[in-house]
Amino acid sequence: MRLPAGGRVSVALAPAAAVLLSLVAGGVLIAAVGQSPLEVYGLLARQAFGTGYGIGQTLFKGTPLLFAGLSVALAFRAGLFNVGAEGQMYMGGFAAALVGAYAPVPAPLLLPLAILAAALAGGAWAAIPGVLKARFGAHEVINTIMLNFIAYALVAWWGHGLFVPATVRTRAVADAAWIPRLDGALPWLRGSPANFSLVLGLGLALALGVFLFRTRMGYELRVLGLNPGAAEYAGVRIGPAQVLAFALAGALAGLGGTSFVLGYKHWFEQDFTAGAGFMGIAVALIGRNHPLGVCAAALFFGALAYGGLVVNQLVPSDLVNVLRSLVILFAISAYALFERRARRVQA
Amino acid sequence: MSPLSALLFAAATLRITVPYALAAVGASIGERGGVVCLGVEGFMLHGALAYVLGAWFLHDPWLALLCAVLAGVATAGLHALVTVGFRADQITSGIGINLLAAGLTRFVLVTVFHSSSNSPRVAGLPDLPLGPLAAIPGLGPLLATPLVLIALLIVPLVTWLVFRTPFGLRLRATGERPEASAALGLSVPRLRVTGVLVCGALSGLAGAWLASEQHSFTDGMTGGRGYIAIAAMIVGKWHPAGAAAACLLFGATEAAQIGLQGSGFPSALLQALPYAVTMLALAGFIGRATPPRALGTPYDPEEA
Repeated sequence: MRLPAGGRVSVALAPAAAVLLSLVAGGVLIAAVGQSPLEVYGLLARQAFGTGYGIGQTLFKGTPLLFAGLSVALAFRAGLFNVGAEGQMYMGGFAAALVGAYAPVPAPLLLPLAILAAALAGGAWAAIPGVLKARFGAHEVINTIMLNFIAYALVAWWGHGLFVPATVRTRAVADAAWIPRLDGALPWLRGSPANFSLVLGLGLALALGVFLFRTRMGYELRVLGLNPGAAEYAGVRIGPAQVLAFALAGALAGLGGTSFVLGYKHWFEQDFTAGAGFMGIAVALIGRNHPLGVCAAALFFGALAYGGLVVNQLVPSDLVNVLRSLVILFAISAYALFERRARRVQA
Repeated sequence: MSPLSALLFAAATLRITVPYALAAVGASIGERGGVVCLGVEGFMLHGALAYVLGAWFLHDPWLALLCAVLAGVATAGLHALVTVGFRADQITSGIGINLLAAGLTRFVLVTVFHSSSNSPRVAGLPDLPLGPLAAIPGLGPLLATPLVLIALLIVPLVTWLVFRTPFGLRLRATGERPEASAALGLSVPRLRVTGVLVCGALSGLAGAWLASEQHSFTDGMTGGRGYIAIAAMIVGKWHPAGAAAACLLFGATEAAQIGLQGSGFPSALLQALPYAVTMLALAGFIGRATPPRALGTPYDPEEA
């Protein structure tokens, strides 16, 4: 994965083109099943953005995507491909649920501790491929994919004794570990499950922007991503920097699990991530690894995720899964073509 | 373990190994040419659905098998277009294709069969007349299954193709030093696309096996098998025979896990074993697994 080259316009133009092309391709699919693409897309947009409840649902669906997108983007900036946000989010959600349900601490400490547990579990899980890369040069892509599957297996094993009998969920966390819903503060989001973990995510997006573009360590990570040779020459200790980047990325992904576990269902449920970690790749891709872009992309993919459920009366809801994956394929193709042209112009 | 239960265990292992081996051997061809083939999961899933669609509408399991191969090749063609044609990132393309297949197969399932979980029952591939061999307990019926024979033949065939033919030499050269292949007058894109398409064909066969065995398509029926196949290919050091051997190891682990269910042994942990073994192999604890040198790097003649 290379970072965007070329002017500011093409940085935003290529993702927009990718989204547009995938909507056109999706339109062909809609027409193929005998529906009107405009009607389906119109319904999707109206439901996802037209009412307070719809916006709340969009924000709720977008919340884990925001965290996963930030996670993948941070790793990308350091030249690392984190395909493991799914497993990191899974571990983070599991840890938050366990602390929220079992930790014997005073009530006011429970929520901060549960959130911290999510960050630590995700960070520790992600540090593994970081260490394997730094110490043994093992490529992180396969390792992070393998760790996703190992996370599922480990949680299934632990969960065996922990899950509420005849279910695949843990017992509910204590009330003190609940993340409050947003509609308490913003009544127009009435009834939607959007919760304050979104605010945490937006805060972290801001923090990530400051970290990447305003601190020495963030600068070093970016140099590492752009040119490892130059980074080493400039005195960046590559191994520790890679482990740090992975641990931070994992912490971000792990925190993404809090929206569902502490803010919505109030328990951990098997497969609760439902691919949000993988979608983080699409979010980072469309957001061009910039915190601001990631926020916008998470909103877009959140709207798609909620919109898929409401267009189900007209077309199979899996239309949105097709759209999401087409965005990925169109985006990487467009980036490669744009970049090649940019290099040619420079040459 | 009695001889009979050993035979049954071998049969169970072989049954699980077949789709892994087909996909892993396919991936070893694609990756030897220098293209990361993470999309085998999606190639397989499309192959499985195409088999069921073929069997349902054409009423012929052999034509259904052809459909599966074509679907695998077409999906691989998309991967080739994105990665070789547009020189886009190969890893992301593979993941995108897997997400596409997960969504598209369910979309088609709902549209054609009005169910988001499974297709109706279709015919499986008929057994081959093996005579007395078919009477071996456990293994006999399995050996009479055409795709098992195909899988058993494909491993030596592909090994020969990759290591003993001019095509194999050129393919490997393209995966190691594409600029050198190009200097010899070879077409790097054509070789790479061929490798990816063969990978698609074999993955399509793997999908057909799953659908034919189960006589239906179920949502997400590949269940990560494509990733296991990639893992086996890495453990097998990008060698078709090594990949197949690793698949056999993973297949035996899975068979043991199924056998141990309910015995009190933490069989869920065995499930994680192939992934852990793969990580150890990548870290160099089980010999060094070195990928083809140019793996994952798009080839641009103007920059070489």
